[in-house]
This record gives sequence, C-alpha cells and structure tokens, in this order.
Amino acid sequence: MRTRIRMLAAASAASLAFALPAAAQQPIKIGFITTLSGPQGVIGKHMKDSVDLAIEHLGGKMGGVPVEVIYGDDQFKPDVGVQVTEEMLKKHQVDIMSGIIWSHVMMAVVPVVTGAGKVMVGTNAGASPLAGKACHPQYFSTSWNNDQTPEAMGKFMQDQGIKDVYVMAPNYQAGKDMVAGFKRYYKGNIVEEIFTKPGQPDYQAEITQLRAKNPKATFVFYPGGMGIQFVRQYVQAGLRERIPLYSVFTVDETTLPALKESAIGQWETKFWNHDLDVPANKKYIADFRKKYGYTPSFYGAQSYDGMMLIDAAVRANKGSLKDTKAVVMAMRKKNYDSIRGKFEWNVNQHPIQDFYLIQTVKGGPDGVETKIVRKVFENHKDSYYQDCKMPW
Amino acid sequence: MTWILLFEQLLNGLQLGVTLFLMAAGLTLVFGIMNLVNLAHGSLYMVGAYLTVAAVQWTGSYALGVLLGLLGTLVVGMVLEVVALRTLYERDHLDQVLATFGLILFFNELVAILWGRTALFMSLPSYLQGHIEILPGSIYPLYRAVIIGVGLVVAVVLWYVVAKTRLGMLVRAGASNRTMVAALGVNIRLLYTLVFGFGAALAGLAGLMAGPIYAVQPGMGELILIQVFVVIVIGGIGSIRGALVGALVVGVVDTLGRAFLKPLLGHFISAPAAEAAGPALASMLIYLLMALVLAVRPAGLFPAKGG
Repeated sequence: MRTRIRMLAAASAASLAFALPAAAQQPIKIGFITTLSGPQGVIGKHMKDSVDLAIEHLGGKMGGVPVEVIYGDDQFKPDVGVQVTEEMLKKHQVDIMSGIIWSHVMMAVVPVVTGAGKVMVGTNAGASPLAGKACHPQYFSTSWNNDQTPEAMGKFMQDQGIKDVYVMAPNYQAGKDMVAGFKRYYKGNIVEEIFTKPGQPDYQAEITQLRAKNPKATFVFYPGGMGIQFVRQYVQAGLRERIPLYSVFTVDETTLPALKESAIGQWETKFWNHDLDVPANKKYIADFRKKYGYTPSFYGAQSYDGMMLIDAAVRANKGSLKDTKAVVMAMRKKNYDSIRGKFEWNVNQHPIQDFYLIQTVKGGPDGVETKIVRKVFENHKDSYYQDCKMPW
Repeated sequence: MTWILLFEQLLNGLQLGVTLFLMAAGLTLVFGIMNLVNLAHGSLYMVGAYLTVAAVQWTGSYALGVLLGLLGTLVVGMVLEVVALRTLYERDHLDQVLATFGLILFFNELVAILWGRTALFMSLPSYLQGHIEILPGSIYPLYRAVIIGVGLVVAVVLWYVVAKTRLGMLVRAGASNRTMVAALGVNIRLLYTLVFGFGAALAGLAGLMAGPIYAVQPGMGELILIQVFVVIVIGGIGSIRGALVGALVVGVVDTLGRAFLKPLLGHFISAPAAEAAGPALASMLIYLLMALVLAVRPAGLFPAKGG
C-alpha cells in the first residue's frame, strides 16, 4: 500500500515536471464577465479591482484550493457576452460564472451558463424576468432587482410629501423600468415624464422646458456619462438650489470624479454605500482605498460580495464546485459576512435587504463624497418574486 | 411666457448649431478638398478636450490651457495627416472608412491608457460661470452664450479667410479642381496638411468648449460625429457656407423637436400615443430632414461648385 502511494507520488511528481497543473491541485476557475472597454469600462475597472482584492483577502485560495479568475469583456453587447461565456465554459472549463453589468447581457448569458450545468452569480444586472418567471436555481444575485432602487426613492419622496415631480430618463427598457419602479411608491403629482434619446449628450432643451414648468423636485435616472452631462448642465442652468434633484444610478463613485462640486446636494438611494457600518464592509473599503487609491462604487462592492459567496460554497464543498446541486445548497446557506450586513435570500435567490437614502456632501479624501443619511426600506423584497416558482 | 420659452429654445438650438458647425467646417473641408472620409474627426474633438484638461491642470490657468489645447490639437492633426492619412487620398472611400475607423479605436484606447477610463472633471473659471439676463425674465447660462459668441466669430473669420485671402482661394480652388491646382505649381501636399491641421484645431475647439458641459471621456467624439455627418450632407459636401447653414438648421430643428414635438403631437393624437411617438420622432427628426433635403437637392443645400 505504502509503496503504491509512493510510486503514485513519484509518478505525479514526474508528470508535474511536464504538465504543470496536475489533477491533484486543480485550481478553482471563476469566469468573470464585465465591460472593460469603451466608456463603460470604468465600471468594469471597479468590479475587476474588487474581485482581485477579494481573492487577495482570501489568500488566493478558496477552501484551501488555489483560485484562478478569468476575466472577459462583453463590450456592452449581449452577443459578445454569450461568445465570451462559451469560450470560458468550453475552452477554460471554468467551474462557475460571475459578474455582468447589463440586464440585456445577463438575459442572454444566464441560459448558456445554466444550460452547461454551472452556477451564475450575478453581481450587478437586475433584470426583472430573472427575479420572476425566469428565476433559476443556478442563478444568484448579490445585487438587487432593477426596480428596487427607484422604489426606495419613490418611497422617500412620498414620505416627504414632495408634490409636483418632474421625471426624466433615457428612452429604453431600463429607463422605463426605473420610472415604473419609482411610481410604484410615489403617488404624488407627476408634472411631466420625459424620455430622452439614449446616449444624448446635451440636455439644455429639456432643462429649459423643465424650468418653465417650475416643478417642486426632479427625479432622474441617467447612468454613466449621461449622468455626468445631465447633472452638470442642471447645475449650470442654476437649478440645483431652486429645484432639488433626486436620482438613481446617476451619482456614484464612478461618476463623482468627473462631477465633483456639481454633485453636492444630490440625493440618491442605494442598498449599500461605502460608509455602511458593517465590519466586512469597513475592511473592504479600507483595503481597497489603500491598494487602488480611490473609493469603490456599489458595482465593486457587489463583485467583492460575489467572490465571498462563491468562497462560502467552495468551503462547504471541501474545495470543489463540481457538484452543482451541492453548490446551490451551500450558496443558499450564504455562510459568509456580506458587505451589506445580515440579509436573507428571497425565494428567487435575490437578497431581501435594506435601502438607504444617500446624499453627496463636501468632505472625504476626494473633496466630495457620498454619505448615508438614513434607512428608507427595511428588508425590502422585490416586486417579482411571487412569479418565481422555485422549489427550496 | 411661451415666447420667452421659444426664444430660449432657439438660443439652445443656436448653441448646438455652432458646436456642430465647428466640427462640420473641418470635416467638410477635408472631404471637399482631399476627398477623404475622415471618421476619426470625432477623435480630434476628444483629443482637444483631453489636451485642454491636461494643459489647464498643468498651467493652472484656463485661458493658457485653452490655447495650449488648441495648438496641441493642431499639431496632432498635422502629424496624423502626414503619418497616416496621406496614403489614403488615392484609395477608395471604403478603405478610408476602415482606416479612419481604426484610428477611432486607436485614439479611444490611447486616451484610456493615458488618462484612464473615468470621465475627467473640467471646471470653468469663475468669470465664465453664472447667468446673464438676455430678455427680461429669461436667464441664460453665461458659458453657453460664450460658446455661441465664439462659434459665430469663428464662422466670420472662416468666411473671411476662405473668401478673401490667398490661402482661402487655394482652398476653394482645391475643392473645385484639385488636379488643376496641383498643375499650377501649388504645393498641394503642404496645403493638405495645413487644411487638415486647421480642421483638427476647429474640432479641438468644439471639444474643449464641450468639455465643461459634457463628459470628457473616451469615445466622446462619436456621440456628436453622426450629427456632424448629417450637417454636411444637408449643407453640401465641401461647402463652408453649407456647413454653417446645415449646422444651424440641424441644431435648431433638433432642439425644437426635443422641446415642442411631444406637446404639439398631443393636440392631434391621444396623450399616450404622443407620449410614445414624441421622443421617438424627435430623435429621428434630423434624419427625416436629411432625407427630405437629399430628395429635393441631392447635392445638399449649398454644394461646392465643380467637383
């Protein structure tokens, strides 16, 4: 017996010399897709840096087994996302997939991953079908459903008794979803709903119309570059003091470096902010700032969280992700410290979590920073989980 | 109230128009004189914005930064012409489109490597902030008024240079009949480099003025480039006058469409239908206009004479 083991060891040592990753130490391979090129690449950078930090915090290992993360760039396109996913599943033989910023990319990628018998841990996109009818045991989200964040803003503005709100968003599915989510909780008078061309750089014409209507408040959804342009032009038009600006997914740490002072006074809602008083979050923020020299956005936080969730599953399954059923069961137990603090899974494997009101103020290492003002929702469930018929 | 609103929206249209004109002037000259389709014109707009941000940070002065940014874009444009574009003049348009599209990718990645992918912050000096009261009860951002002023001054200067100077004569001659100009012993290569650099500087001027309003980020030039092509198609390829008229028409039509089309439609069709059709139609309006102009005057409103 002993000689046989010794011989095996000798044989495997010999084979090691020729082929490096021998079967004994198969690393855990994680395929992580985000957008790394183009104007949206800044979001991908926050996510990638956070994943790298998570792996560093884990000592490069999950459940004692070395981890390898393979990054893929979806270029903001669903077809490219599917192509990259297939390459990861077939060529790189990844054990699990994660990442993805955009709902339309996620909708295209999830069937490919689940079809291959693997688990997808979404770390941003919150497409409503995946929270409802199209929910799947092999799909987990460490973020939220799209509607929840504007729902929180709607609730806050309703509670404040703010009347006469002017609503603006880009004219595409997410824009319509955000306005629908907002109106689910805001019941006051909406002066006007304006949908602008996606990617539009100049809003002066719309802002002039807005000023003429003289609303009590403005609610907008303008992600990425659109938000930078809209907020700047809103401030330049002298409206910041006259008509308070409330928004979702518009002012965060990816756009703040370009907005600086013009963002001061902006109201947002989020499930998380960098100043959230949770030990796991404090460690993440402190080490992230030290390593990269900037403050991460929620995109990064969710991605860090995704890696910790995967680690919990690997630990529970003794260093392997081969048994998909066992992986799903372990993830449902979520035996890890989330950056959002304690949370429960809903039946659709989306978090039931708190939402906060956040304001941009002077201060912090960059001159302007976002700050939690108060909690808006406690244990908020999304509006689609009832359509999800998933056995637990 | 509504008249003031209309006036303000016309000003907004004028401001968008002059920005488009600065872009279109260079593009149409390059197309008219060198017969070059330059998709990378938007990249020069981006280069102008980035160089100015860098120069403002470096010198600490906005005025000096603007000057350096302009000169920098001029140099980048001339180098680009000498190194990359010169070989493309004799090729057909498809080759030019492919090559200049490659340049777009090159410039976008280059600025991402040099400055990162995060959009940059570009502040305005205090003397350009604030508002002016143009009509009683109508306040307008000072900076946007300055853009209108600069655009109009550039248009006048450009008209003077092209219509009244020897250089302008060569430019016009080059647009009409390149072979003849070369046969007369004019150094056409140098003229090309100069015109291209000049067009680049105009694009850079548009970019650096757009910087404080829009996001200075990789790919910012492509957002405006399509509208610029619409402008030169409407105005007539190769014609500065056409570029000016086309730019103002596109600017005003686009702005008024975005502002008033939905309420206007509401008078004729049901509110939900207007809600859906208004924004869609408003974003198509300039393309419909282009189609109309092409149907009536296929060479544009003011085609450059000759060929």
